[in-house]
Amino acid sequence: MKGWQQFWRQLSLFGLLALVLTGCGKDELSALKPSGPVAAMQYDLMKLSSAIMIGVFIVVMLIFTYVLIRYRKRPGQQGIPKQVEGNHALEILWTVIPFLLLIVMAVPTVTTGFALHEEYPKEEALQVKVTAHQFWWEFEYPDLGVATAQDLVLPVGKKVQFHLTSADVMHAFWIPALGGKIDTNPGQENKMWLQADKTGIFYGKCAELCGASHALMDFKVEVMDQAAFDKWIDGMKGVQSKDPAVATSPGAAQGQEIFNKSCLGCHAVAGKGGKLGPNLTNFADRERVAGILEHTPENVAKWLKDPQKEKTGNNMPNLNLDDAQVKALVEYMSTLSVK
Amino acid sequence: MATHHANAVLPDEPEKATLEGKNKILGFWLFLGGETVLFGSLFATFIALRDQVNGGPTSQQLFDMPLVAAATLILLTSSMTSVMATLALHKKNLKMIQVWLTITVLLGIGFLALEIYEFVHYVHEGHKISTSAFGSAFYTLVGFHGGHVAFGILWIILLQLSAVKKGLTVVTAPKFYLASLYWHFIDVVWVFIFTVVYLMGMIGGKVG
Amino acid sequence: MSAHASHAPAPKRSGLWDWLTTVDHKKIAILYLIAGGIFFLAGGFEALLIRLQLMYPESQVVGAGLFNELITMHGTTMIFLAVMPVIFALMNAVVPLQIGARDVAFPFVNALGFWLFFFGGLLLNTSWFLGGAPDAGWTSYTTLALNQYSGRGVDFYVLGLQIAGLGTLIGGINFLVTIINMRAPGMTFMRMPMFTWASFVTSGLILFAFPAITVGLVLLMFDRLFGGNFFNPDAGGNVIIWEHLFWIFGHPEVYILILPAFGIISEVVSTFSKKRLFGYSSMVFATALIGFLGFMVWAHHMFTTGLGAIANTLFGLATMLIAVPTGIKIFNWLLTMWGGQITFPTANLWAVGFIPTFTIGGMTGVMLAVPPADYQYHDSYFVVAHFHYVIVGGLVSGLFAGLYYWWPKMFGKMLNEKLGKWNFWTFFIGFHLTFFPQHFLGLMGMPRRVYTFLKGQDLDVGNFISTIGVFGMTIGTILFLVNVVVSAKGKRAVADPWDGRTLEWTIPSPPPEYNFAQTPLVRGLDAFWIEKMAGNKGMTPAEPLGDIHMPSPSFLPFLMSVGLFIAGYGFMYHNYVVVVIGLLVTFGCMFARSVKDDPGYHIHEDEIEEKGVKA
Repeated sequence: MKGWQQFWRQLSLFGLLALVLTGCGKDELSALKPSGPVAAMQYDLMKLSSAIMIGVFIVVMLIFTYVLIRYRKRPGQQGIPKQVEGNHALEILWTVIPFLLLIVMAVPTVTTGFALHEEYPKEEALQVKVTAHQFWWEFEYPDLGVATAQDLVLPVGKKVQFHLTSADVMHAFWIPALGGKIDTNPGQENKMWLQADKTGIFYGKCAELCGASHALMDFKVEVMDQAAFDKWIDGMKGVQSKDPAVATSPGAAQGQEIFNKSCLGCHAVAGKGGKLGPNLTNFADRERVAGILEHTPENVAKWLKDPQKEKTGNNMPNLNLDDAQVKALVEYMSTLSVK
Repeated sequence: MATHHANAVLPDEPEKATLEGKNKILGFWLFLGGETVLFGSLFATFIALRDQVNGGPTSQQLFDMPLVAAATLILLTSSMTSVMATLALHKKNLKMIQVWLTITVLLGIGFLALEIYEFVHYVHEGHKISTSAFGSAFYTLVGFHGGHVAFGILWIILLQLSAVKKGLTVVTAPKFYLASLYWHFIDVVWVFIFTVVYLMGMIGGKVG
Repeated sequence: MSAHASHAPAPKRSGLWDWLTTVDHKKIAILYLIAGGIFFLAGGFEALLIRLQLMYPESQVVGAGLFNELITMHGTTMIFLAVMPVIFALMNAVVPLQIGARDVAFPFVNALGFWLFFFGGLLLNTSWFLGGAPDAGWTSYTTLALNQYSGRGVDFYVLGLQIAGLGTLIGGINFLVTIINMRAPGMTFMRMPMFTWASFVTSGLILFAFPAITVGLVLLMFDRLFGGNFFNPDAGGNVIIWEHLFWIFGHPEVYILILPAFGIISEVVSTFSKKRLFGYSSMVFATALIGFLGFMVWAHHMFTTGLGAIANTLFGLATMLIAVPTGIKIFNWLLTMWGGQITFPTANLWAVGFIPTFTIGGMTGVMLAVPPADYQYHDSYFVVAHFHYVIVGGLVSGLFAGLYYWWPKMFGKMLNEKLGKWNFWTFFIGFHLTFFPQHFLGLMGMPRRVYTFLKGQDLDVGNFISTIGVFGMTIGTILFLVNVVVSAKGKRAVADPWDGRTLEWTIPSPPPEYNFAQTPLVRGLDAFWIEKMAGNKGMTPAEPLGDIHMPSPSFLPFLMSVGLFIAGYGFMYHNYVVVVIGLLVTFGCMFARSVKDDPGYHIHEDEIEEKGVKA
């Protein structure tokens, strides 16, 4: 039958497609390119379970193909096929074999499962408190007295114990290249540990529908060596223990004035300001504006002019700033750095 | 369903004499199975939330044992009278069915009156559906049961009135039987409410 | 039937009035099919818009808000208003015939179930015109689904699903009683056709699963409309309760959907292989076991909720176990075909195409059952791919197989085979093109329910291919509609067009309103096939020819549902006059139904023979 040839052609095309696609995952984002022990354990389980499953699929497809070719009704074929009631041996066989395969999968499932739920105290792991908001991420290092947002900064090769919750609706915290996700439930705390074994930037996502801009609730993870991390912490701590520095250039000073009046109520800078919006202490050091836009003065301005246009439904109102005000604010905000 | 002459001889167990009757009884049992899941879900929710008083009154502060005990006694008695009605049904004695069902209905009304009094009292003490998660869970669970009682009362009254005209037939018999079954079910649910909500609520502590 | 029944003549009703008042399971089947079909088109259109939005990165075909309404309505519509009703259509059309019954146990309740579903679905869909559709996802997780975070649309979700769910629940009870009490003489449980068995287990699952969502929806309604605090963490509420209630319903729901498809595949594969179903008793056992285990595994939808290692592991292992009975089924189908004389009319193409597709969906299901790995898959496009393989590649293929197979019985017309094959191939290829790449998109870091994705994440190619595939499925669906229209003028169907094995093929297509002139005597599994092999022309009757008692048509089911429909709006807009009016209509109808007995009517013996000869 022509149809079946088409079917096989289709299937091999998918195989090809699969290869192309697996090759293409981005290092910073893909769960198929693990950069830490948690993601690696999970990747191993994925490989094991898909290998077993593909094996089963091949067996099914071999029988399937054979049956379809061999037992098609031929032209002029007469008579009634033998009416087989069943076959106990066979039926037991395909009950027992899958069961055994499942046991093969079950053992690492149990061991890995418990390993991933281990909780590490502060002697063994960096403690990070994560609070999810519509549509941004708040990160605190309670033992180090540092708070930041949007860009999570981590030391390489060290376990990180996360304590996660949400300030509004349910979100889920996911850094595919470092490990699987966990929900952030309002009114409750969840725990999870991760570790990054490579320095660099990794992409984080919100994985639970949380409102209009769920798709844009991205964050970045910046993994650095321990020395750089300590330096970063010292810088943050130094700034956050004091009031915001007074801007020096006239443009920035004007911007700071606007900022103190209109923004500080929600956004903290250094040791001052509200917690309703992301902490902006190290705004100028961040990878992206609002987690999504490339970090350029134009994009900062674009955001300030109409935050709702860039991220529908977020909690920042349109402040109706004129161009001059925006320019001054952009200039001030470009000074917010700890590097 | 067929109309029957009132003077036709009724078979034994008239509620199961026709296929329609058998279908109804089986269907109703299955329905009660679904109702069990329904109340089970409500109980689970209540147990999960019963300590979340959000600054409002706790169950120890609210519940009044004599009142609840009286309500329980009334409802359990009504369960017995509904059994008497079913026994009368098997004796094909319509008059006694009516007598026992009337008592059942009156007891049911008494129970409902106590429950309404109880709810009004609680609301005055600041225990409302919007006070806390405990308030929401309490009124939903106990209110659902109360709604079932109210529906049962109306249903039985309706059956009684229509039986005056129709008499006891293979059509009306299954209806009486089902109403009695339903009444038992809501009594059983009450026993659980009494235990889980009131008794466990009054001994207090974080049991659940 | 009672000898005392009145001899009122058969009521003559025609046109629309006939359809609004019918209690005939065959007509209700057609109503379910039409309504489910319309909702299927609506849900499909929503899917098309979703994929167009995701064809390119950062595109703006629909906005962020509208996208969330589309995904919510797509999921809700497809599950509750499209595939469930089409399953009910086939159950109504086929189950009474397969067990040799003249009707279902409760014809009135059957009609009520349909109209409740219909008006519930209508209520839900009017949200599009009344301030926006629900936008919290088909799972409506709290607190997103509470007033502070989502619009009025969620009220429509709550009340629409509550009404529709009630219809499904009573439909389930009806089929349970029908199958237990209404089987023809000799039709023991272990002689029932597989589709009837599947319908039986599915109905049982409906009975025990739907009350959980009923409670969930009531709690959500109290929170949204009456100031309740079930899910409000600020007042002591707990958001996880909703997740539990939803999935205690939601997971069995998956088996409610897929078991009937298993049943259909069993019938179709066996008929077109000209062999009896291989391992019938293990098939029955597997079906029941899947139904049972289906209740034990709901928390595998909640692995990332934070239930802890022990709960996750236990639910994960329990989930894996389901692979065993499912595997039994797949091998039994293969062995049914083994040694047969397989022909490939469209019905069998769908059934045969089902096997590899569903196997893939089952495989990814087992992969998802591994909790640590699931932390990566969960809420990513991998999951989207998985459940579309199960529900579209599995269930929808099964439903198409069933429709092509039983269409002649339902409508007395044959569907066009040529169009049917085009329908199959375009849909099948389009389906795999759409959903296969999504497995990889998920693993490459694409979360589900995102209205867009940014450039530079290597997600462009997969999304583009996926959208192209949707066009194939769209063409396939249109071809099916064309086929329906064309076939209306096409060949008349004979009673037994496929050389069938079960009782429905012993009576004319479409069957007369009383189905069987004489109740058949069943002598074994594949009752009709046994008679054929014994050289008999038809079934041996189990009763002499006589008058047949039929239930009267009634307008009350329609009215009762309209009453709840009206009351639903009253609740949403806090207008208690409207609530009272609506509930009065509903309870008034219940009152009327209880007080006024239905005498039914009789079809006279001479009329039956006359009709029998004609057919």
